[in-house]
Amino acid sequence: MGTHSTRLLAMSPVDLAIVVIYFLLVLAIGFYLKRRADTGESFFMAGRQMTAWIAGLAFISANLGSLEMMGWAAATYQYGILSAHAYLIGAIPAILFLAVVMLPFYYICRTHSVPGYLSLRYGEPARAVSGISFALMTILMSGVNMYSMAVVMKVILGWDLHFSIWVSSLTVAIYVAAGGLLSAIFNEVLQFFLIWLGTLLIPILGLIECGGWDGMMARVTANFGPGYAHLWSTLGSFDGNAMGTHWTAIVFGWGLALSFGYWTTDFLVVQRVLTARDLRSARMGTVIGAALKMMVPLIVIVPGLLGLALLPMKLVPESEALATGAHSFNEVLPLMMARYCGPGLLGLGVTALIAGFMSGMAGNVSAFATVWTYDIYKPLLRKTASDAHYVRMGRWCTMIGVFVSVGTAYLVMRFSSIMVYTQVLFGFFIVPLFGVVILGMLWKRATPAGGFWGLLAGTLSSIGMWTWVQLDPGTLRIIALSPHAKELSENSFRAIWTLCISVLSTVVVSLCTKPRAEAELKNLVYGLTPIPSEGHFAWYRRPAFWAVVVGIGMVVINVIFW
Amino acid sequence: MSETRHVIPIWFFIGILLTVYGFLILGAGLWDVINGIKRDVVMADLHAAVWWGVLLLTLGLFYCIRFRPGKE
Repeated sequence: MGTHSTRLLAMSPVDLAIVVIYFLLVLAIGFYLKRRADTGESFFMAGRQMTAWIAGLAFISANLGSLEMMGWAAATYQYGILSAHAYLIGAIPAILFLAVVMLPFYYICRTHSVPGYLSLRYGEPARAVSGISFALMTILMSGVNMYSMAVVMKVILGWDLHFSIWVSSLTVAIYVAAGGLLSAIFNEVLQFFLIWLGTLLIPILGLIECGGWDGMMARVTANFGPGYAHLWSTLGSFDGNAMGTHWTAIVFGWGLALSFGYWTTDFLVVQRVLTARDLRSARMGTVIGAALKMMVPLIVIVPGLLGLALLPMKLVPESEALATGAHSFNEVLPLMMARYCGPGLLGLGVTALIAGFMSGMAGNVSAFATVWTYDIYKPLLRKTASDAHYVRMGRWCTMIGVFVSVGTAYLVMRFSSIMVYTQVLFGFFIVPLFGVVILGMLWKRATPAGGFWGLLAGTLSSIGMWTWVQLDPGTLRIIALSPHAKELSENSFRAIWTLCISVLSTVVVSLCTKPRAEAELKNLVYGLTPIPSEGHFAWYRRPAFWAVVVGIGMVVINVIFW
Repeated sequence: MSETRHVIPIWFFIGILLTVYGFLILGAGLWDVINGIKRDVVMADLHAAVWWGVLLLTLGLFYCIRFRPGKE
């Protein structure tokens, strides 16, 4: 492994031992689970036997990667506590909606994937569009994770970029190809513990150093002004906050279009709860995921705020950091780690980041294997084959998916801002999908042609709007309603328009075309799907009760930090 | 396993990892305390490695024992 003269952290032998032990354990788990993943159901759906807790932990861990943690800690340094909206209104309502309203439809129709649901509801053309865009997105996202991990390892440890990419990708390829989704889920649960135990010391020691929450916020306000310390009170105008945004973008962009799209139709996260052993466990696991999501700001947002309060140097955007050699926003989490962690603890923190990146790769690659095998290969290329053939195909396309991801990792090196890149991808592929899926579930008049054209129009219009602003930056005031809008704000507004276009297209085309017979929509649409009653469970064992509790918790947090 | 009868629970693997990590981190922390080594980190006086190592070791041993293979 190479060295780098500007690395942030120096690893001791005990730190290296901690990293190596992690790699050995995940490989051992992969080989151990290989014998348990020999049927399609066990390889692609982990046997559908997970408990609510494991499904919930895997659900939230599939989202809690290192890209997410470092990206939002950086965004907190950039925009202050406003970034916490990504964990509150930008996530919780959508997750609870998935648990209470949408999950029964996914679960009861026994689909392997979200494109699989589209096939049952709208037919093969809609499945083909979403299957291909999903496959593309998972490979690009896996490459982004791989590249980000390599960059982080280079910056903080001085490791060679290519060494990090190849060691991590080969490890992921081996353990996912061996154990399938079960292996990916085991490692996601493992990663959840590592991430918490590896980063929780930062807020604990940081808050002790600042003299508590009030001490931290007093320092933030003294250093950067009051605009960094409130969730809502600065959102009355575009100019009143560091993000250059407005409450409408937060509520309708993050809170509706982006978050409902991501949390209810991104197959990568939804697949986790579909592995639960019954519908109640799937719903309860999703509510558990929502509660855990609300706790994540402690290890992501608080370290960003501590960076604002305590770091002696001022962090700068990535482009400026590259030009001047200063530290960038993206380094705030490793910088805080270096501030408090000595030998051993540093290894744990670094392992948590590596685990987060590898888990992100594994999640994308296992989703790619499922979508390719069930939504592209099986319906379009080889309709009839044995179960063992499809499992072999799953294992092979896991390996192929990893190697294509390595290619995209090298491609991503051309882009300067990784978080923006991933948000743009979600806007292209996920937001239109949400409009079409939710209409399909709740409106039986939606037709196959409506679903297909809604999906296509949403995706193409999102790509079109993004390209328009790239070619002519002056059009930002049309797309984002303000020439001062920052990229996150632009993404929110583009998501709103994309959702409107996909919903309107689906509705208009559906009204002009012939609907499917009701008998064909059984178990797919509201009103035609018998939802099992949970009335025989005690009130405290019902997912709906806990969904209300989590919802109230979210409101209380918003009021406290208003 | 809590999910199927034939698979070792994930909680057991977590227990193994946390036990080993707790042992290593506690060892590194105690080494510094015993030898009077002061690391160049903020709040070094709190000896975070010692009590964090104890926490990991305790959690790890709990999971190893509670979810050991063969325990019904």
